[in-house]
Amino acid sequence: MADEAETTDAAHGAADAAQAVAAHGDGAPGMPQLDFSTFPNQIFWLVLTLLAIFFVLSKIALPRISAVIAERQGTLTNDLAAAEDLKRQAAEAEESYNTALANARAEAQKIAQETRDEIQAQLQVEIDKADAQIAARASEGEARIAEIEAGALATAEEVARDVAAEIVRALAPGQDVDAEAVSAAVTARVRG
Amino acid sequence: MATESTNSLAKSGAGKMIFFVLIGLAVLAFIAALMDDYEGGLSIHPMDQFIVAPLFGDGPVGMFTITNATLWMALAVLAVVLLMVIGTRGRAVIPSRSQSMAELAYGFVRNMVEDVAGKDALPYFPYIFTLFLYILCANFLGLIPGSFTTTSHIAVTAILAAAVFLTVTILGFVKNGAGFLSLFWVSSAPLALRPILAVIELISYFVRPVSHSIRLAGNVMAGHAVLKVFAGFAGALGLAGIAPIIGVVAIYGLEVLVSAIQAYVFTILTCVYLKDALHPHH
Repeated sequence: MADEAETTDAAHGAADAAQAVAAHGDGAPGMPQLDFSTFPNQIFWLVLTLLAIFFVLSKIALPRISAVIAERQGTLTNDLAAAEDLKRQAAEAEESYNTALANARAEAQKIAQETRDEIQAQLQVEIDKADAQIAARASEGEARIAEIEAGALATAEEVARDVAAEIVRALAPGQDVDAEAVSAAVTARVRG
Repeated sequence: MATESTNSLAKSGAGKMIFFVLIGLAVLAFIAALMDDYEGGLSIHPMDQFIVAPLFGDGPVGMFTITNATLWMALAVLAVVLLMVIGTRGRAVIPSRSQSMAELAYGFVRNMVEDVAGKDALPYFPYIFTLFLYILCANFLGLIPGSFTTTSHIAVTAILAAAVFLTVTILGFVKNGAGFLSLFWVSSAPLALRPILAVIELISYFVRPVSHSIRLAGNVMAGHAVLKVFAGFAGALGLAGIAPIIGVVAIYGLEVLVSAIQAYVFTILTCVYLKDALHPHH
């Protein structure tokens, strides 16, 4: 760079001096862009450069990049489709799980209901049996009570008759006691 | 500032320290390269950086002489090859950094061609991409201190613009025949105005390559010249030169922006002209 600067300094020393004296006397050293002597050189190398870049791009870079982008697009599409498929499968699995769960629940409810019904029926049978037993015992007891009652009444009548006859005898000694009349009177009093 | 830097050094370790030292050296080299033309005093030659000179020896610049322009054009080709060929050699579905940069450039220009000029302009995409990559690489390479900016020369940009102009004009006539002339006949305007408008349109059509080429060369040249002038001030002012150095840094950032934008502008204008050639009816 320093060398280049020196060479340019050397090359333009005279021009600079001229410029310093008569400002912009000749335009050439003012703007290197307008130094037409370098134009063919620049144009030649520019055309070569553009051709090189165009060749590199159109033969190597652009087909490669477009292929990569297409491949990526394909991969994305495939992955998205696969994801969609998996999602559908998951939904299906969930649905079948829910169905199985509902079935199991219904089954369980059915079994519980059956068991409950069975127990209820058994219970009813036992209750009926117990009721029948109770009823039988009660009627038996009632019969015995009636019997005892009847027995007690008869005994009481008899006792009353005997007592009445004795009382009559005691009240009216020597008098003949009509057993028949006493018994009829007692019976009438007891019943009445 | 000092405590801040020591803190960050303590935190991030030797790797970052080396990085900062390299950045510092690069900045110093940049300033030194910008200033090495000056042996003191205010003898600023901001245009000397554009001189086309033979790379070897001291002879005249002939057509096939290998000059600094040749070198930096070759480096632009090398940069394109590095980015678009070496960078994409992995052909990976999940791209590496360099490959995604190449794909970014590809997609950027391809979308531009498709959006501006339409789908039927896509066959011309490689030509437009060639122009874009050459201008972009040449502009960025020109920002290396001490380099030569090939796109700062009107000879280069004029050839680029003339190639676009000729291609587009010939293409317009080949694709549309005489119908291409309807580009100059504004059918939406009142009939009385149309001849006048036709003249204006015709003039503007032929001014296109001029503005197309001068816009690029002018922007690049002006930025580089301003950088050089500021660097010259920095050399002349001694310690107070810190102010122009800050200016140089700021303008350098602007120039990075301009480099990309001018490549973009040149390309999108090419697309617009191509659209006119393919669809001349307003």
